[in-house]
Amino acid sequence: MEWLERNVPKLVLAPSFVAILVFVYGFIAWTAWISLTRSRLMPRYEFEGIGQYERLFAAPRWDVAMHNLFVFGGLFIVISMVIGLMLAIFLDQRIRAEGVLRTVYLYPMALSLIVTGTAWKWILNPGLGIQATVRGWGFENFTFDWLIRPEMAIYTIVLAAVWQASGFVMALFLAGLRSVDTEIIRAAQVDGIPTHRIYSAIIIPTMAPIFLSAFIVLAHLAIKAFDLVIALTNGGPGYATDLPATYMYAMAFSRGDLGQAAASAMVMMMVIFAIVVPYLYSELRPRRDQ
Amino acid sequence: MTSNTMLRWGLYAVLVLFALFYLMPLFVMLTTSLKSLEEIRTGSLLSLPRELTFAPWAEAWSSACAGTQCQGLRPFFWNSVLMAVPAVAISTVVGALNGYVFAQWRFRGANLFFAAILFGCFIPFQVVLLPMAQMLGLMGIAGTIPGLIFVHVIYGIGFTTLFFRNYYVTIPLELVRAAKVDGAGFFRIFFAIFLPLSLPIITVSVIWQFTQIWNDFLFGVSFSGPGSQPVTVALNNIVNSTTGVKAYNVDMAAAIIAAAPTLLVYVIAGKYFIRGLTAGSVKG
Repeated sequence: MEWLERNVPKLVLAPSFVAILVFVYGFIAWTAWISLTRSRLMPRYEFEGIGQYERLFAAPRWDVAMHNLFVFGGLFIVISMVIGLMLAIFLDQRIRAEGVLRTVYLYPMALSLIVTGTAWKWILNPGLGIQATVRGWGFENFTFDWLIRPEMAIYTIVLAAVWQASGFVMALFLAGLRSVDTEIIRAAQVDGIPTHRIYSAIIIPTMAPIFLSAFIVLAHLAIKAFDLVIALTNGGPGYATDLPATYMYAMAFSRGDLGQAAASAMVMMMVIFAIVVPYLYSELRPRRDQ
Repeated sequence: MTSNTMLRWGLYAVLVLFALFYLMPLFVMLTTSLKSLEEIRTGSLLSLPRELTFAPWAEAWSSACAGTQCQGLRPFFWNSVLMAVPAVAISTVVGALNGYVFAQWRFRGANLFFAAILFGCFIPFQVVLLPMAQMLGLMGIAGTIPGLIFVHVIYGIGFTTLFFRNYYVTIPLELVRAAKVDGAGFFRIFFAIFLPLSLPIITVSVIWQFTQIWNDFLFGVSFSGPGSQPVTVALNNIVNSTTGVKAYNVDMAAAIIAAAPTLLVYVIAGKYFIRGLTAGSVKG
């Protein structure tokens, strides 16, 4: 009875422990193993080697997907950060109706990416969307048909993703700006330092951890982006807007190529870990000293 | 002074312009959903409907076709409700108890386990998709709503644990120590001291989980069967349905219906929504 009393906390954690062990780490191990076999339609467990990865890196479609990930991820992260920081600084200037504006900027984050994709697909369709509307205003030659042009379609994904997430970056930065010590700012103002210098030399440097957090969250969103591509372009035209996530899904559920699906999932995980592990490490270390 | 006033006007102009950018898709969705197809074809994307029609909404709710099924979004909307409510409740309860242990009942190895949980929050779900499909099959819940609930609980407890752990860690350890001296046990202390303090973090956790689960598409499309698809999957099927005339107004009405619950939560409890978003990313 006393043993029970002493071990209640561990017993409470036990189900979660088992669940995380099996469904996160066990499953990663399973996927890693499958990526080293010849599995096609059904899983096979005989070890084969790195053949799946060789096939993956030789596949033109995977090449497009990785290239898209870097184009999309890079632009999405940079543009969202720039817009987010700008809006946060502007909102920080004692703006009337700040609450309303903040609510408006952030609401897309509450929507499903499928909804976002559906809306932008309609807005961007050349036949009846923006292009047709601007032409209707008299600009007969106006062209905005990125959605159906293979080399431009990826930028529609960037546009919709920035629309969805930049307000969130704004909220992060605004919280950061508000947490800077007002005494220092007032002292700088008294000394006659111009506002833009106060931001660039005092406020923004103290927000380095927030830049890092925003980067991690956005990078994570970019690598996992799946729903948006499915709803907006479905990977098309052709496979011009494929991302690793849609490639993996296609291999797993429509091509019946488990080996390729597993190998591509492992590469995705490694890309995420390359970004997240140093971050988590630095997050967890100071806590241990507490 | 005048240059300052100009600057001020410029500031407001930029802020309002961005507000319009964020609002435009919602405006277009709403107006499109209230127009007839005829008006959509002849009119402009940004114009208000000349004649209001609610027929697209009725169709989106109860008769729009996804593939060969023509029941609208209604059954799938309820699937999402049946999936989200238990999944949110279970993952929040488990997260609260886990967070309570991590914050107040530390033991050897707890830090390592917490790191392992945190790590699990960041994995791309693609890496568990294949084995989970097999596992759900083995458990006999493949393609069912209980199967989806199970998946959402498993991959939700990482975040809920993080929320509650970071919240409870601010409560002084002496409180638990004093209660223990008074002879109170693990659950007594939880229900008498911690639970009454927890309303804000429960709200954050419920809103976060609800938004995640309602908006999920990857698990929904991978693990649901014909009768158990959540609303996001059904919406995508309706929009990409190739049979018959393309009914943009019905698509937009369906998109708004699918978005309505999370949008409503955001409008009512935006403060907690933001807190959930930032709790996961800003050092707690």
